[in-house]
Amino acid sequence: MTLTTSPGFSLRQYGICLKGIVWRENLRFLHQRERFVSALVRPLVWLFIFAAGFRQVLGVSIIPPYETYVLYEVYITPGLIAMIQLFNGMQSSMSMVYDREMGNMRTLLVSPLPRWYLLLSKLIAGTLVSILQVYTYLAIAWFWDVEPPIIGYIAVLPALVLSGLMLGALGMLLSSLIKQLENFSGVMNFVIFPMFFASSALYPLWRVKESSPLLYRVCEFNPFTHAVELIRFALYAKLDWSSLAVVVVCGLLFMVAAIVAYDPSRGLIALRGGPGGGQ
Amino acid sequence: MLERDDRPGHLPLAVDGLSHSYGSRKALDDVSISVQPATFAVLLGLNGAGKSTLFSLITRLFNTRKGTIRIFGHDLNGEPGDALKLVGVVFQARTLDLDLSVMQNLLYHAALHGIGNRDALASANRVLERMSLTDRAKDKVRDLSGGQMRRVEIARALLHKPRLLVLDEATVGLDIKARADLVTHVRRLVAEEGISVLWATHLIDEVSRGDDVIVLHHGKVMAKGSLEAVVASVGSSDIREAFKMLTDPTATHSEAA
Repeated sequence: MTLTTSPGFSLRQYGICLKGIVWRENLRFLHQRERFVSALVRPLVWLFIFAAGFRQVLGVSIIPPYETYVLYEVYITPGLIAMIQLFNGMQSSMSMVYDREMGNMRTLLVSPLPRWYLLLSKLIAGTLVSILQVYTYLAIAWFWDVEPPIIGYIAVLPALVLSGLMLGALGMLLSSLIKQLENFSGVMNFVIFPMFFASSALYPLWRVKESSPLLYRVCEFNPFTHAVELIRFALYAKLDWSSLAVVVVCGLLFMVAAIVAYDPSRGLIALRGGPGGGQ
Repeated sequence: MLERDDRPGHLPLAVDGLSHSYGSRKALDDVSISVQPATFAVLLGLNGAGKSTLFSLITRLFNTRKGTIRIFGHDLNGEPGDALKLVGVVFQARTLDLDLSVMQNLLYHAALHGIGNRDALASANRVLERMSLTDRAKDKVRDLSGGQMRRVEIARALLHKPRLLVLDEATVGLDIKARADLVTHVRRLVAEEGISVLWATHLIDEVSRGDDVIVLHHGKVMAKGSLEAVVASVGSSDIREAFKMLTDPTATHSEAA
């Protein structure tokens, strides 16, 4: 019998692996039509019903990046885009918990490629799915008078990549903390809702400051606020440097923490007996 | 058995002094085993013996903290990529994506090993034929029987041409015929392709003449060697009696029989 010695992997092989993970993630997403529909319905309900109802109640003054008064629908669109990505990140992490419980996650983790690369590829795959959702939402919202400049549709892409990676990495980190799928409902109450409401997604921060300086501080420290602002400025082909810095730094922190958590020697997964958990 | 190789660095699998704990509970205690080239080695143990923990360590789902694992001479901690390239794994829990077709599951696995589409398709067709599943390639995994799913998992494990195949309780949940078919398929891989197999089970009737046997109990290796050597080592008449005596110290010869 001849023994194979294995040299390292080539860049092409890394590319094939990434492509395979992205392909599988998209395939799964397209197979789960109800997931696609619910991912779209959620922000559209906010846009069609909530925004229409609150248009008169919540007036928005002229604040950057807007150069004139804008409809409330236009104001909350970046927040709803970030919400799509937040939910997608959490949905991915939920599927990671499910995959871990069902054992599918093991297939990924026993690949000979470095684990950090596998997790990063999964993150990229999830981000691409969220971007697909965002552009579908923007296409529908265009008919609802949400019409950013054409250049904005292109300029927002890098912002979506960064915010998608940050929120996906947060989801991945959370999935390592959650032992069972049933515990995931806590994430809704303790992560998704507080992150969304304590941000600039629904109302400008100056309004929050007027009513509660403490809440204003909380909003400022919330990375979701910065994801929203990064997207808001990018939709008008502008760059908010401080938001960019926060999103990049938080994204890196979440990513490193998630990779460490899934590391077989150091991570939380190892402490509780491995992905899938069986002994 | 497992002492007969004079090149321990190049054994398909060489585990030395391996211990693992979950908190204060010891799951594996100073385990040293090996698998010879082109051998069907059966890891026998009752539920909770530590078989799945051993598998999780061999596949690096978690790291070895005490002891070493070498796969064809590659240290699993030092060179995980080189080691894992040579291993095909079938876990106790089903790990197929039920919503994807058989072929899509295989192509996904190929991508995880950096195998491009053309080679992946050729390999997938080869392993599907090997496992008599060619006609099910386009079917969704969800539509397969339990035995067929297991065969797909074995086909998947063979896709990247591993030299060592490790299977954890692969026949759990299968009927008698599907179980026999599966064991036959894997034994043919050993005989015809020279693949080394580590087959974990608690079912004694899956052990055959010519196999190597490792008896694991409460995280410790109780016996290891050829089937005949293990049976002789406890003075029993067959492997069933030997296993009973090794895992139940109060059992006498007559009880065990």
